[in-house]
Order: sequence, then C-alpha cells, then structure tokens
Amino acid sequence: MQNSIYVYILVMAVVTYLIRVLPLTLIRKEIKNTYIRSFLYYVPYVTLAVMTVPAIFHATGNIVTGVSGFVTAVVLAYRGAGLLKVAVGACVVVLLLEGLLSFF
Amino acid sequence: MEQKRFWYVRGLRDGLPVGMGYLAVSFTLGIAAKNAGIGAAQAGLMSLLNLTSAGEFAALAIIQAQGSYMELVFSQLVINLRYCLMSCALSQKLSEKTPFFHRLFMAFGVTDEIFGIAVSTPKHLNPFYQYGAMSVAIPGWTIGTVLGVISGSILPAPVMRAMSLALYGMFLAIIIPPAKKSRILAGIVLVSMLLSLLVSMLPIVSSLSGGMKTIILTVGIAGVAAVLFPVKEEKETEAE
Repeated sequence: MQNSIYVYILVMAVVTYLIRVLPLTLIRKEIKNTYIRSFLYYVPYVTLAVMTVPAIFHATGNIVTGVSGFVTAVVLAYRGAGLLKVAVGACVVVLLLEGLLSFF
Repeated sequence: MEQKRFWYVRGLRDGLPVGMGYLAVSFTLGIAAKNAGIGAAQAGLMSLLNLTSAGEFAALAIIQAQGSYMELVFSQLVINLRYCLMSCALSQKLSEKTPFFHRLFMAFGVTDEIFGIAVSTPKHLNPFYQYGAMSVAIPGWTIGTVLGVISGSILPAPVMRAMSLALYGMFLAIIIPPAKKSRILAGIVLVSMLLSLLVSMLPIVSSLSGGMKTIILTVGIAGVAAVLFPVKEEKETEAE
C-alpha cells in the first residue's frame, strides 16, 4: 500500500502535466484560421461560466447564501470591482448572511 | 527586467484570491484524503505535483479502492482534459517568441483559476505573471491539503463555507467586465450558465463527471459561437 501510493501520485502527475504542457509547447505559431481563433477566444468565457453556474449555488451548502454570493459577485463585477474585491465581497456577504440566518 | 518584476507582482496580486480560495478547497481535499487513509506528507505531495481539484478528488477514491493505474490514467485524462483546451487557448495568448523553457514551467500552473486570470491580462501573457500567480496558488493548494489532513477544522466552518465562494466570485469578476462591453459575449455567458444549469438537472447527463460536462458544454457552445459570431481580425486593444 505504501509503495503504490507514490506510484499513484506519480502516474496522475505525469498524465495531468502532459495534458497541460503539450498544447502549450506544440502550438508555437499564431493560429490564422478564423474559426479556430474564434473558438479559442470563446473558450475561457464559456468554461468559466459553465464552472460557476450552478456550482456556486451549492458551494456553501445553503442555496440562499450561495445565490446571494452569486448576486453580490455579479453586481460588484458589473460595477468594475477587481478580482480580489469581488471574491472577498462575495465571501463577506455569505458570512454575514450565515450569521444572520443563524438567529432564525 | 523591470517588466518581469512588474508582471510577477501583478500575478502575485491577482493570485491572492486564487490562493485564498485554494486554501479553502484544498482543506476539504485534505479531509477527504485523510478519510481515504492517506497521510499528510503524501497528500501534500499529491497536491504539489498535481494542482487539480476534481482530478485529485477522483484519484482519492481510486487509490482508496486500490484501483488499477489504467483506471487512474483514464480518470485524470477525462477530468483534466479541459486543461488541454485551456492550454490551446493560452498558447495563442503567448508571444511567439516565448522560449520553450518558459512554456514548460507555465504549463504546470494551468488551472481553471490561473488560466482565468492569465487570459484576462492585456495583450500577450508575460510568463512572470503566471509565475506570480503560481507562487501564491501552489503553496495555498499544498498547505491547505496538508492542514486538512492534520486537523479537520482549523478555521470555523462558516468561514470555510464562505471562502469556498471565493473562486467562483473570481470567475465572475473575470467574465463579466468583457461581457458588459460586448453583447455577443454577454449572450454567450448567459447561454452557458443556463445550459450548464439545465444539464445539471437532466437525469442521465447530470451523472457525467464535472470535468466531462465542462468539456462537452465548452466545445459545444464555443463551437457554435465561433460559427455564428466569428471574431473579426481586430487588433487587440492595448488596454491599461
């Protein structure tokens, strides 16, 4: 058991690193194809949006605080707050709300 | 030289919420590792070398069940394939002149969150921005895992729960400002969220792993968007 844990860790580390490193090292030229360029341009927005919703609603284990955190973050980001402000703002609102809800 | 310093510090600053969120998430990973019978040093090593939440959570189950290496390889491949998409996108964000060794080191830090902040930097991505973010994110992820194994609860539970929102808050901070400027992007973001919500509620599809769902939705939505709204050959704006 002891030995194999390190092998497990090594195996997964190698696989995960290869996934990350191959495109970054193999694609060295600027891609000219408009379709691929557009696709890659949209990838981050779609990925991040998909990973945020619905996961954020359940992240705190309470849908009310989860949704409140989501709304807070959206409003802050829309008003142009930076990464740290948005992240901390959402956390603080959830924390305050949890405190508030615990009174009921 | 000054460029390097400037971008490193910026990476550190933007990486702070990432590290904070990682600390909270990896803490729960540490607790799960402990339950799977894995020690603090081993769990720490795993987080240090892998830097991937969903992949590690999945690996814990396989290790605990003494599953085969092939099973482990396959699970990591499927769950972490999204990094491949991100690396492809990131490759276009790099200057063609970016040396090979920088690419090797930067690749290690391709995570959902670091990728998110890296693509939102103006123009070409400076490797030192990535290194700055990695220097807070990797310790945050590793230390959080170790702490999780050692003691289930160093921070009070409500604080932990609130902190778990930090990562998502950051994602929103990344996608909303550009979406505000472009109706097309705003529409794509909205559709992505709605479809993701829908998929999570559908009976069969919802049983797919999170990583797989992310890939399918990303390829599908970005693929359609690229056909409908090809990005014009615009000169990238020199923001800031």
